[in-house]
Amino acid sequence: MSATAPTNADVAVSGPGLGEPPTPAGGSGRRLSVNLRQSGIYVAFALIVLLFSVLTEGALLQPQNISNIVVQNSYVLILAIGMILIIIAGHIDLSAGSVVAVTGAIAAVLMVEHDVPWPLALLITLVVGGLIGAWQGFWIAYFGIPAFIVTLAGMLLFRALTLTVLGNQGIGPFPDPVRTLATGFTEGYLGNIGLGPLGGADLFSLLVGIAAVAGIVLVQWRGRAARLGYQQSVEPLPLFVLKLALAGVVVMTVIVQLARFKNLPWVLILLAGLILAYSLLTNRAVFGRQIYAVGGNLQAATLSGVKVKSVIFWIFVNMGVLSALAGIIFAGRLNQAGPTAGNAFELDAIAAAFIGGAAVQGGVGKVVGAITGGLIMGVINNGMSLMGAPSERVMLVKGAVLLAAVAFDVWTKRRAGASR
Amino acid sequence: MTDDILRMRDITKTFPGVRALQEVSLSVRRGEIHAICGENGAGKSTLMKVLSGVYPHGSYSGEISFDGETCEFSDIRDSERRGIVIIHQELALCPQLSIAENIFLGNERAGRGRLIDWNRTNHEAGELLARVGLHENPVTQVSDIGVGKQQLVEIAKALSKRVRLLILDEPTAALNDRDSAHLLDLLRGLRDEGITCVIISHKLNEIASIADRITILRDGRTIETLDLGTDEVTEDRIISGMVGRDLDHRFPPREPKIGSEVLRIEDWTVHSPTQHGRVVVSNANLTLRRGEIVGLAGLMGAGRTELAMSVFGRSYGTNISGRLVKDGQEITVRSVRDAIRHGIAYATEDRKRYGLNLIEDIKRNISAAGLTRLARRGWVDDHREYQVADEYRASMNIKAPSVLSVTGKLSGGNQQKVVLSKWIFTNPEVLILDEPTRGIDVGAKYEIYSIINRLADEGKAVLVISSELPELLGLCDRIYTLSAGRVTAEVPRAEATQEHLMRFMTKGQTDHGDARTGTDDPGVADVPGRPGDQTNGQE
Repeated sequence: MSATAPTNADVAVSGPGLGEPPTPAGGSGRRLSVNLRQSGIYVAFALIVLLFSVLTEGALLQPQNISNIVVQNSYVLILAIGMILIIIAGHIDLSAGSVVAVTGAIAAVLMVEHDVPWPLALLITLVVGGLIGAWQGFWIAYFGIPAFIVTLAGMLLFRALTLTVLGNQGIGPFPDPVRTLATGFTEGYLGNIGLGPLGGADLFSLLVGIAAVAGIVLVQWRGRAARLGYQQSVEPLPLFVLKLALAGVVVMTVIVQLARFKNLPWVLILLAGLILAYSLLTNRAVFGRQIYAVGGNLQAATLSGVKVKSVIFWIFVNMGVLSALAGIIFAGRLNQAGPTAGNAFELDAIAAAFIGGAAVQGGVGKVVGAITGGLIMGVINNGMSLMGAPSERVMLVKGAVLLAAVAFDVWTKRRAGASR
Repeated sequence: MTDDILRMRDITKTFPGVRALQEVSLSVRRGEIHAICGENGAGKSTLMKVLSGVYPHGSYSGEISFDGETCEFSDIRDSERRGIVIIHQELALCPQLSIAENIFLGNERAGRGRLIDWNRTNHEAGELLARVGLHENPVTQVSDIGVGKQQLVEIAKALSKRVRLLILDEPTAALNDRDSAHLLDLLRGLRDEGITCVIISHKLNEIASIADRITILRDGRTIETLDLGTDEVTEDRIISGMVGRDLDHRFPPREPKIGSEVLRIEDWTVHSPTQHGRVVVSNANLTLRRGEIVGLAGLMGAGRTELAMSVFGRSYGTNISGRLVKDGQEITVRSVRDAIRHGIAYATEDRKRYGLNLIEDIKRNISAAGLTRLARRGWVDDHREYQVADEYRASMNIKAPSVLSVTGKLSGGNQQKVVLSKWIFTNPEVLILDEPTRGIDVGAKYEIYSIINRLADEGKAVLVISSELPELLGLCDRIYTLSAGRVTAEVPRAEATQEHLMRFMTKGQTDHGDARTGTDDPGVADVPGRPGDQTNGQE
């Protein structure tokens, strides 16, 4: 099985349902050679997966472990999506971990202590997250305090609020639907089918996987056709087909493994939806474009009629909502909202964004990149714990990877600058 | 045998895919002012970077000898040790440090125990400032003095390093005429003290007045070296060397077809956002008509950019009063969006800071201001975006492999074409072009002029702000002069001469002695933070 380790890491990242193209194909074929910086991350991810598959003698890619990686990293990946938008705009959010804690606590108090029906409680929690983001966005965008300071203050404020809400103790357990969202799997709606030597697998999961692959192929094919229609350059057909084939193989590999275990984790479906939505937002929506414009050159954006303050305000609101979502999932997974929940999550999310190719100065970054960055750290975590490495060594490796990723980024940029 | 202080022989420098310099030779005589001319991209800056060690020995081929000795500089400190100092176009001063601290930065006047001897630092700085004719206290913060004076601080810094060969890259690009004149006088003085100067400049009249010899580069090759003492050198002569063709017509011909009034600016008054109570533009009245190219002349600090930006959605200034009348009806323009909606476009004088997102590609820069035109319900049609950008690439002759090329890597002229494309795409009726040809080479200037003419022919009203009077005279149908925030004259093309305009541009200046002591208009320097800040204050 491990022989079919993701060669096209990008798609392994995306999982099913992701219509976002594998990055090298995202632009024209020309970008393939130029954009080592963007595609390097996917190659690195593939190599890391391969390395740990070998080191763990295939344990990494076992059905249950793939499922674990997804579930264990889901909340950091959700935070990474919000964080990459903020980093593209040239800001930072240090408060995400504390917001995760306080929203998890609020959800717990609502559901456990006040018996609020869970859908309403979730909605209230998300709204509270949005309000927290609006609070921070106000100070940053309209009052002009650097995000570093505002969110550093937020980190303390919302941790304090967590302790107040929880009364310094954990609150749980959560209603079943919330736990299902955090740790549960889709039911075997259509029963199992036999896959020969691989044993039985869930038919529904397989169908979802096939639909996802079909979706990717369709979107890619139509994009290519449209580019051809406009006489734009496209990559040669064989390369295009090869890439799609690889993408299909990788997605189906992950899906088959999951189908053999306990079907699809709900968080994976949620995550795939978020990645798809936010990739579209950043690539195609006017709002998404404005985030890049603000981060790339604030003054030029202002003088081009972009409502800079409003853009910054709303990405922080968005971050608050996503933090609340992560808070619910994290609390649901532990089945308890605790005072130390979310500690240092913001750092993982920031690291994911930068490993995934975001630029420190802003203006550059991709949602899929941040997800890949998050998965790189997730796989390192998981692989090393499978190998029984002590946590200090895991931390050491993660630190080194972050530094190396950014060093590579700076180096390629300097090389590009020198060749002017 | 002439006494050459510097000889560069057969310098060839290649970058991936480009040969920036091809067997370029340059010899500079001891104690002369040697000008280097050439279009942008001709290789001037690259040559100077080779000379000063920015590109270390080994990254180029060819020989450099300084003072008779072969030099192999591995970095900029190496070359500075030999007395070669380069002052870049973008000044490299720390704004928050004092003049004296900047002068001795990296070269501190330390006493025993490596502690800085402040008395000596400030005293020696004072002596250096006297040498460059800058009457400022050495402890003054650099951010508190204007660009012209900062340039002098850079020269003082160079003098502190016992400079023997001073290289200035576009030293007067950001200076007004008075500061430029002072700087050029200073260079003559330094020459008399035995300091050799190499000056890169686009301003041919300056070069003609100051240089002893001129070396012309074109497309990475040395074309010729002219001696102003023996050869007959005119501006046209230099230009023809730079572009390789005679430029009889520096301005494309145009038959003006002037129509009805589009925009009238009435009693426009703008206050400085930084200095309380200071009036930057005072009761200005201007009229723009369809198909007409109108010039706005003024010395730096006269309030040209401030006037333009305040009209453009109040992106500069506070406490703005006055009326904007478009097609006979008064309009309210509170934001850049309002301005775009009312068909007003403003292409900035500083395209790198305010005009372009340099890390993005051409396509996304062109669509930046008119993105909503490419979008339906908030979603961008990126194929159409590509198509539109590619059309502009063709029609504006933007030289780039594709619209996916990053704008930061384009030459100044091509960047300017991207900025113009961006604004033309918003389909404006009034275009305000602030220094549209600043820092771009002669050939590209002609193209920009053609574009401006084309816009006027399409019936748009164009307001051109320029520091180069010949440009305004060659381009405009009518010219307003601005002096200390006031419109002092409105001159039709037929009556306009440089002398005439200059008289009105300096009118009233002597009355307020301190109104313009230098280029320093703190308002302009602060524009970066302004656009946002002031909208805040107003709402």
